[in-house]
This record gives sequence, C-alpha cells and structure tokens, in this order.
Amino acid sequence: MGSNPVTWLGTPPFPKAAHAALGDSQLRANLRKATGTIRAKRAEAVAELSDWERLRRAGEAIKDDVLSRLDTYLERLERAVTERGGVVHWARDAAEANDTVLRLTREAGADEVVKVKSMATQEIGLNEALAAGGVHAIETDLAELIVQLGHDRPSHILVPAIHRNRAEIRDIFRRQMPSAPPWLSDKPVALTEAARRHLRRKFLSAKVAISGANFAVADTGSIVVVESEGNGRMCLTLPRTLITVMGLEKIVPTWRDLEVFLQLLPRSSTAERMNPYTSVWTGVTPGDGPQRFHLVLLDNGRTNALADPVGRQALRCIRCSACLNVCPVYERTGGQAYGSVYPGPIGAILAPQLVGDMHDAQAASLPYASSLCGACYEVCPVRINIPEVLVHLRAQATAAKGSRGPEALGMAAAGWVFADPKRYEAAQRAGSLARFLARDGWITRLPFPGSRWTASRDVPAPPAESFRMWWRRTRG
Amino acid sequence: MADARSEVLRRVRAALADRPAAPEVPRDYDRTRDLGELPALLAERIEHYRAAVHRVAADGLAEAIAARLAGRGARVVVAPTDLPEPWRVPRVTWRLDEPPLPVADLDACDGVVTGCAVAIAETGTIVLDAGEAQGRRALTLVPDYHLCVVREDQIAGTVPEALARLDPVRPLTFVSGPSATSDIELDRVEGVHGPRALEVLVVG
Repeated sequence: MGSNPVTWLGTPPFPKAAHAALGDSQLRANLRKATGTIRAKRAEAVAELSDWERLRRAGEAIKDDVLSRLDTYLERLERAVTERGGVVHWARDAAEANDTVLRLTREAGADEVVKVKSMATQEIGLNEALAAGGVHAIETDLAELIVQLGHDRPSHILVPAIHRNRAEIRDIFRRQMPSAPPWLSDKPVALTEAARRHLRRKFLSAKVAISGANFAVADTGSIVVVESEGNGRMCLTLPRTLITVMGLEKIVPTWRDLEVFLQLLPRSSTAERMNPYTSVWTGVTPGDGPQRFHLVLLDNGRTNALADPVGRQALRCIRCSACLNVCPVYERTGGQAYGSVYPGPIGAILAPQLVGDMHDAQAASLPYASSLCGACYEVCPVRINIPEVLVHLRAQATAAKGSRGPEALGMAAAGWVFADPKRYEAAQRAGSLARFLARDGWITRLPFPGSRWTASRDVPAPPAESFRMWWRRTRG
Repeated sequence: MADARSEVLRRVRAALADRPAAPEVPRDYDRTRDLGELPALLAERIEHYRAAVHRVAADGLAEAIAARLAGRGARVVVAPTDLPEPWRVPRVTWRLDEPPLPVADLDACDGVVTGCAVAIAETGTIVLDAGEAQGRRALTLVPDYHLCVVREDQIAGTVPEALARLDPVRPLTFVSGPSATSDIELDRVEGVHGPRALEVLVVG
C-alpha cells in the first residue's frame, strides 16, 4: 500500500525485521532489563486490588458498550464539547487530520508547537506533516524527546525510547541539545534535569499545544490526559490554543466510568497506584487554561476495524502497553521490528486492521509475530482476546494470498492425502524415508522446499514403522 | 463528496450493521473498601511517591505552613486570591493572583500554597478543581514547590468514592506525588516539569 501512515514505509515484513533486531545484543539486553523490571512491578500493583478481575470485566463491558453505539456517543460528545466552547473537527484519515491541525496552528499565528505524547498523532505522522507546512513540533515527553533528538523511531507505546540505555541517551543529548553541558553524566537524574532545562522556555512561551486524549466523556465533553512528567500539564494549561487529536474509540459514556479506567490504566502501564498527573478539562474555562480548544476526531482505519465482529475488540485498547511487557516475542525483537507505532501483541492485531489491506506484505506478517502463548490476554486490563484476533487475522492473511500460493497448494495436497486411508498410509511410508536424513535422531536440514521450514526448526526423525503398521503386525 | 462528519458517521453505522448488543456493565467491583484510618493511609501513600507529608492539628496549621515555607527557604510565594487569611503567614512575600500573574512571575516565585478539592487515600492522590483556595491550574504548575493543605473531611477512600465527589466540568488536576518519569530504563526519577517538590499538610 505504501500510502498508509500506520506502518512505516519501507519496513520489511516482521520475520526479516525481527532477524535483524535479534542480532543486536545491546537492544536485547536493554529490553530484557526494562521489561523484566516493569513486569514485576505491575504484578505487585495489580495484586493489591482484590477486585481486579471485576474491574477488568467492567472495563471490557464499558468499552464494548461504547463501540456498539459509537455513532450515538460521538454525536453526544460533539454536542457537549461544543456547548462548553470547544470546536469539534472530524477527520476521515491521516491527511485530513494533519491538514486540519496545520490550518488551526497557522490561524493561531504559530510556527512552533509543543506536543504532549500521543499515539494518535504518531500514527498519522503529524510532526512530519507540520514540518512540511513550516511548523516545528517539539515533543515534550522525555522518551519522545529522546526519539525525536535521536532521529529514531519509537519502540514501545508507553516508553518509546525503551530500546535506549542511559549511556546512549546521554550521547544523544550531548550531540543534539544545545543547552546540555559536555560533562553531562548518564545518571537518569542528570538526564532528566537536562531535559527540564531544554524545554522550560518552550513551555512558558508556546502559543499552541497539541495533545492526544486517553479518554473523552461523552456526557460532559470532558477530556482526560494521563501522564507523569508534568509536560502534559504544561501543554494543556499554558498555551492560548489547544488542539487535541483523538481516535474515535477513546470515548467513555459517563464520568462515573472513569472510576474503572483510572484504576486499570496506571496499574497496568507504569505499575503505579496512580500516575503523577491526570488532567481533565471540558471545553474552555474562562480565565483558566487555553481559551481556544479544538478537538479532532480521527477515523484513519478505525471504522474498518469496527466492521469486523472479531477484530473490533482491539478498539477497546487503552494503550497501557502491559501486553508488550509480557510478550516473549516483543522482549526479544523490540518494537521497531513491528514496523508501526503500535508494536507488540496489540500492534500485531491493531496495525493490520488500521491498514485494512492484507495484501500489504508487512501488515499481513504481523499476526504471525506471536507464539500464541496468551500472556497478553491475561494482563490486558480490558480483556482483549489478542490470541483469538491473531488467529482470525492469520486466516484473513491466508485468504488474501489466494488458492494458488505454495501454502494453499500444500494444504490442498494434504487434504487429498488425508481423505483416503490408503493414500494416507502410502504417504506415511514415504515420509518415514526422511529418517535417512537424520543425524542422532534429529533432522536439521531438509531439501527445498522443506529447507525453508527447517531453517528455524529441528524435527525428530520419523520411525521406520508407523503405529498403524505396528498394530497390524502385532495384533492384526 | 460528503463532508468528513457525515462520512465518518456513515462508516460507523455501516460497520455496526451486525447490530452488536450493548452489554450490561457489571458494577460489582468495590466502590468502597475497609482501608482503616484514612488520613494515615493517605500520608503513607503520598510518602511512597517521595513527597513529604505532615499531620497537623487545626490550631497548628498556620504554624506548620510557616515552618514548611521556612524549611524550604521559600520567601516569595504564590497565593490563590481566596487563600484563607490565616494561611498567609508573616515573613513571606505573598504574590496574590490578582490581577492574574504572568507566567514569568509564577516561574520566578519560590513556591505556591493551596488547599484541595478531594484527596484519595488508597492511591495517595490530591485532586485540585480550581475551587476554594486553589486558584487556576497554572498556579500549582509553574512554581517548583507546592505546599498543599488537605482537610480530613476532604479525604475519600477509593477512586470511585473520590470521583463521585467531583464535578468533571471544572478543570481538574489529579496529583500523585511530585512530577516523575520512568522513561530511562523504566527507572523512576522524581522531578521533571511539574513542581519537583510536593509537600502535604493533613489537617485533623
């Protein structure tokens, strides 16, 4: 497809990208340390709430309710935001959302904007679109800043720079941050202080801020941003104009529903009882905060996912990233191998659906980036059955390949063989000849096309006699 | 071509052509829990975030405010316009937010003193709603030190209990400890862009 901004142009299919990532021992060490730390902390934070499973079921049901009546809730949200002095815009795709934000920024007379970390604006490539229009976007979340200054790509939903260790981050700051002293140490405290000094003046003088949204309350029009550093508060409070870009599915029906998500999200994502800062605002409040507020409602493939009765559960996602941290595949390959801003298990089911084209070789490879172990489903705070959707999407990917691919032909041949006992036994006898390829009881290399299968697998040698043959010989 | 709004809504309706049933939301999770003495729990949970908490008697509040500000070396301190008179202790230059202080002035002050709307004991959270003794959001954001006074009757046990007391249409800020980040190797560091020091006085 190439034109979709959900997956990065030119990224190879997952197996190839993963192969390259696995060769990077620094990356693997960084990831093992970080995911190991957060897994242990999350388990502790979750164990503290005796009603965790009930909260998960409530979270699941609230989100399913939203999805089942999304049109009603969207209209309700629009009305509430408008009544409170906000302006609502709709965007069918990335290009339309980017054009809207660029136009609003220009109307506000700004050529520079400060940004709160947001998956939606990453997804649509907003920074690049603004740059093309002459507007410089400054990422203010520490990890996003590290990615931006390092001319890098994010590798995790919550901690986009998780693939970088402290020494690498220090080197990036020394190179790219004019205010960073040459003697800057690699202590996280020192690096954080450098980022604070670098951004402070920008915060205090910015005219326009751009944010995403964690939740939007349809009833009241209230928008919620959950964060840690205070960069969010800076952006949401000080500039005159605030532009928020949110995916259609971020809605919750009522204020009360947040009592569920404000428990599920922090414990699942940063493994805290509560994240340091959560901001809630409704339209415009005279004398407090931005006096112009724009809300951009983004589709960009979401309605495509919504149309799939099995796949739509991916839209329940609240972007906590717990599934990344427990995934054995993610822990080894890192996020960049997934080739999209949504890596890990959730990315493997979300990105292909947002792209909406299983003929896209990269997107179609993502549902296979899993061993189907189910750890992701177990930790998901809104109970997205990721393994179920992975298998469902694999079926779509296979169907998209048509009935003449090598896999389809092989399956058709197997079907023909299995349909008849005589053919089946003949095949067994032929297959057992493969034992002559074995060494010490194992086959490590088959001739083509079997070589593609054994490239990453060993098989025990088949026995000389099958069970059916043995039965006939001894009992027959 | 239809406008974006009608087109997106049309797509949503088309996607829901199978008319999925809206589920009943099970609300059997805990609204309240036996959490023991709430002020003690609140203090413990806030301290866990590496913020300082002091429990004071009502008649010792002014003295405690003076001691905290002196301890921080805070001489020029921001006050919301309706900060109770007794809280504006002597030997401090109070900068009242009236007319609204420019951001640069807020940045030049040593700290800010406010009350709060609600506190959540279980999570160690303070909620500001720009109401009584709190002022607009920028006041508790730009100065590097925030001293917050919590009355005992403002403390709720759980998140559901706290949300029920709040009006979402007001601008709300939930504060759980000083600003922090875990962006470097998922190692928590306190003190980023928001106030790097948070102190809480629990009254009663």
